[in-house]
Formats: sequence, C-alpha cells, structure tokens
Amino acid sequence: MANATVAATDRATAGQLSRPASLTLALPLILLLGLAFLLPVAKLLWGSVFTPSPTAENYLRIVQEPIFLKILLRTVQTAAVVTCLAFVLGYPVALVMSKLGGRAAMLVAACVLIPLWTSVLVRSYAWIVLLQRTGVVNSTLMSWGVINEPLKLIYTEGAVIVAMTHVLMPYMILPIFSSLRSIPPELDRAARNLGAGPWTSFIAVTLPLSLPGIYAGSIMVFILALGFYVTPALVGGPQNLTIATLIGQQTTELLNWPFAGALAGVLLVVTLGLVGLFRRFLRFGKGA
Amino acid sequence: MSTLSETPALDVLQSPPASRAALSPHLGRWLLHGFVGLVLIFLLLPTLLVVPMSLGEASYIQFPPKGFTLKWYHAYFADADWMSATWFSLKIAVATTVSATIVGTLASFAIVRGSLPGAAALQALTLAPLIVPHIVLAVALYLVFAPIGLTGNFFGFAIAHTMMSVPYVMLTVSASLQRIDPALELAALNCGATRAQAFWHVVLPNIAPGVAAGAVFAFLASFDEATVAFFISGVEGKTITRKLFEDIDYNLTPVIAAASTVMVVISLVLMGGVEWLRSRGAKAAP
Repeated sequence: MANATVAATDRATAGQLSRPASLTLALPLILLLGLAFLLPVAKLLWGSVFTPSPTAENYLRIVQEPIFLKILLRTVQTAAVVTCLAFVLGYPVALVMSKLGGRAAMLVAACVLIPLWTSVLVRSYAWIVLLQRTGVVNSTLMSWGVINEPLKLIYTEGAVIVAMTHVLMPYMILPIFSSLRSIPPELDRAARNLGAGPWTSFIAVTLPLSLPGIYAGSIMVFILALGFYVTPALVGGPQNLTIATLIGQQTTELLNWPFAGALAGVLLVVTLGLVGLFRRFLRFGKGA
Repeated sequence: MSTLSETPALDVLQSPPASRAALSPHLGRWLLHGFVGLVLIFLLLPTLLVVPMSLGEASYIQFPPKGFTLKWYHAYFADADWMSATWFSLKIAVATTVSATIVGTLASFAIVRGSLPGAAALQALTLAPLIVPHIVLAVALYLVFAPIGLTGNFFGFAIAHTMMSVPYVMLTVSASLQRIDPALELAALNCGATRAQAFWHVVLPNIAPGVAAGAVFAFLASFDEATVAFFISGVEGKTITRKLFEDIDYNLTPVIAAASTVMVVISLVLMGGVEWLRSRGAKAAP
C-alpha cells in the first residue's frame, strides 16, 4: 500500500496522508455510498418526475387527493404527538439520570439502552402482545373487573402513538442527558444560595441550559417518527396508514413506483430540511 | 475544592424560611423519582415481556401465561424455515461487520489524518444513511436490486447493510482517532516504519476499542434491521426479521416469542460486550 517514498514526503507535512493515499483509503466508502445509497435514491426520485417525459403529476396527486393529504397530515400529527410525549416522559428520566452516580446511574442507563438495542420488530411485537384482544392489558383489566368486554386497542392510532413513543424515547433521553451532564452543578447551587427554590432554580437555570439537548432529541424523534415503517405497519394496521406505510403499500401491492417515488421525495425533503435547519444541535450515534 | 454550600454561614441562607418550602423539596423529589420509575418500567417491561410469553403452554397469546414449557424453543430450533432465516441473518451480519469495519476504519483514517478534498461533504454523506428514512432506502434499494438479481441475495444484503452500518463504525473510529496523539505515528514513521507498518503497529492498537465498538454496532445494526430486510428479502433468502414480520402478520404463535427472545439475548450479550470494552478503555485511560 504505502512505500518508503510516500513515508518520506509525509514527514514534511507532519504525518498527514498524501492526497492520493487518502483518496485510495476513502475509495471503498465513496463507491459504497455512490452505488448503494446515492444511485438508488436518485433512481427512485428520477422515476417520480420522468415517466419517461417530465411530469409533476405524481406530486400534484399527493396534494390533490384528500385521502393522501389526510395520511400526510396524520403522519405529521402522530410524529408531533410522539415527540411531545417522548419529551414529557423522557426529560425527568434524563434529569434523574444526570444527578445519580454509581450503580443507580448504571441501572437507569441500562433501562434506557436495553430497549434501544433490541430490535424494533421485537418491541413492536411486544406491543401486539400487550394490546391484543386476549393480550396483557385486556386480560388484566378484565380480571380486575374494570371492563367486561375486551377493548379494541390494537390497530388504532393510539396504539401506534404509544408503541412509537416507547420505541423512540431513548433518542430523546440521551441527548437531553448529555446536555444536562455538561451543566456545571455549581450553577444550580449558586441559584439555590441566592434564595431560589428547587423549582425556580430548575426553571431559571437548568431547563434553559438543557435546551440544545431538548432540540436535538425532539428533532431526532420527530424525523424518525415521520419515516417510521415497522411499528405503524404492525401495530397500526391498514386503516392507520402513515406516509411510510403508504410508500410500502404503493410499491408492494399497487406497484405504483412513480407515485411511491414522489412520496419518498416529499418525505426525504422534509427530513433533510429539518436536519439542515437544526444541524448545529445534532450529533449522531446510538451510543450514550 | 470547597463549594459554597460547605460554608456554614451560607447554609443558613439556604435553609428554607417557611414550612411549606421545607416539605415541598422532599415531596417534589418523591414525585419525580416515582414518575421516573414508572417511565423506566414502561421502557423496559414490553421488551422483557417476550420472555414469559415464550414459556407458556397455550398456543395463542395468553396472559398471564399458564404452565411452563420449552416446546416453542424446540419448535423454533427444529423449524427449517426459522433456522435458515436465522443463519441467513447471522451470515449477513458477520459479512456486514467485516466489510463495514474495514471500509469505515480506512475512510475514517483518510478523513482524520489525510488531506481529502471535500472531506466535510464526505462526512456528511456518510451520516446520511442514519437520517434518511429506512423506508426510502428500502424501496430505492429494491428498485435497483430487483432487476439485477440482488434481492433475496446474500451479496445484496451485505452491500445494503454495509452502507447502513458504516456510519456507526465511522463515528466510533473517528472519535478514537481524534483522541490519539499524531506524534506517536510520526515517531514510528521517523524510525523508518512504512505508513502501513505505522498504522498496523501503532495506530490500530490505540484505536482498537473504537474499532471493536464500531464492529459490534455494525453487527447489531445489520442483525436487527427490519425495514430494508423486509423489502429486499426473497422467498428463499429471507432474514430473521423478515420471517418475524411475516409471522407476526399471519400466524401469531409463541414461536415468535421464542425467536424474539433469542434475538434479544444476542443483542444484549453483544451490548454487554461493548460496555465491558468501554469500562476497560476508561480504566486504561490516564
């Protein structure tokens, strides 16, 4: 790969790899992303515009037919509700996690990380087990005498929201946790010494300083929720289509690739637009 | 270092004046911890629920599960379809791990240590598979793979999953590379080592924990991946996630719970491994 002459020139530039050597090392990645990512996505989008003559028909259809507009709206609404729920439930967890030390902190972290690293499919299946007619929730409520008939829980919008909140909450907790961790504890103590109660100190000091984490977590959860396929497909059923399950339906059942491409284009533009807008808050990774 | 609250005079100031304020911090704390406890149960319980469900006698979903049996595990391990899907997934995950780790480590090295035109753009592009919705990747890959026979195919999966896993490797390896002193490598080069020798003997041992963590993330990202796998699976070549997907939709037997438990155990063992590597790395650091 490298030889003595390459090494000799490198010494001059303080150990930096030469340009040809850098390109060689990055070439497999460039090829991979080009052929397995850019090319397929470009082909999908191309097909939504050129069929084969250029047309906006597929995109117009999304806004003109009420059913599709409704699905689009429902997707955004679901994603927004999931984001709010994940924040309301997740923030206190991040707060407590950031204040704990030792064993207790590890235990809380494990509760957050274990769901993150078990397959989304397994977790969606767990929600089916919970919400089925003969499932955990119905059986428990019936044995307690709260209800006489099993409730219809599965294949509802509520089921999708609950299951998606469960699946996506770790993405909310982790960025908030890391921004809370970076707040020096002296600030809270200073506020308290100046007479602020714990609540005032939280509202005036801790909450504003954790805003970057809140933005990052919310954007992450929102964009993941917008494009989520597995959970709505399994827990929502065919009555509760979202844009992702609609794309799936258009390709597997109706074979309408140009229209699926248009839907994918809309989803892609919204997702990338949001990421672009909030770029400075985002750091990616599944690790803590 | 002494902090403000350690000073007795200031502690007086800190003590609340009214009894309402004296009670509320404790009450608030209890409420907060109770709430967090409930949320943690909400996070953890559904995942763990599949374990008891896989051990019950009834052949449908029943709660609480009655009896104790391993017959669903026997059924899982004896079923040719489940076994071939499981092995197919494992083979893909191993291939993905190897290729994503090599491709990602080399490229990270080029980006961090090299002089690459458009390095920032390449970095952004690398992260794109993490952001772009998987459903978009799934139908796009199907569109390109189907005509050239890469659906339901080992190589098709290896390519798709490597593309989706490389970001994890690049994140962990770049972080490790940024932490080591370039002078170490320079010293090796000055002592007459070739670039490859310096990388192999000096850089690689130092970034090994990052590479290993990236490799585990790549394995899990492939093994657990469901959306793309659903679309590019074939009748013959299907992954365990596709098989789970189909069976959840058509025949909801406890074998699914058994298969899910196997998947959870594999994921948790590997994640435990990463945490162990991390804690070792933390201890080794000065």
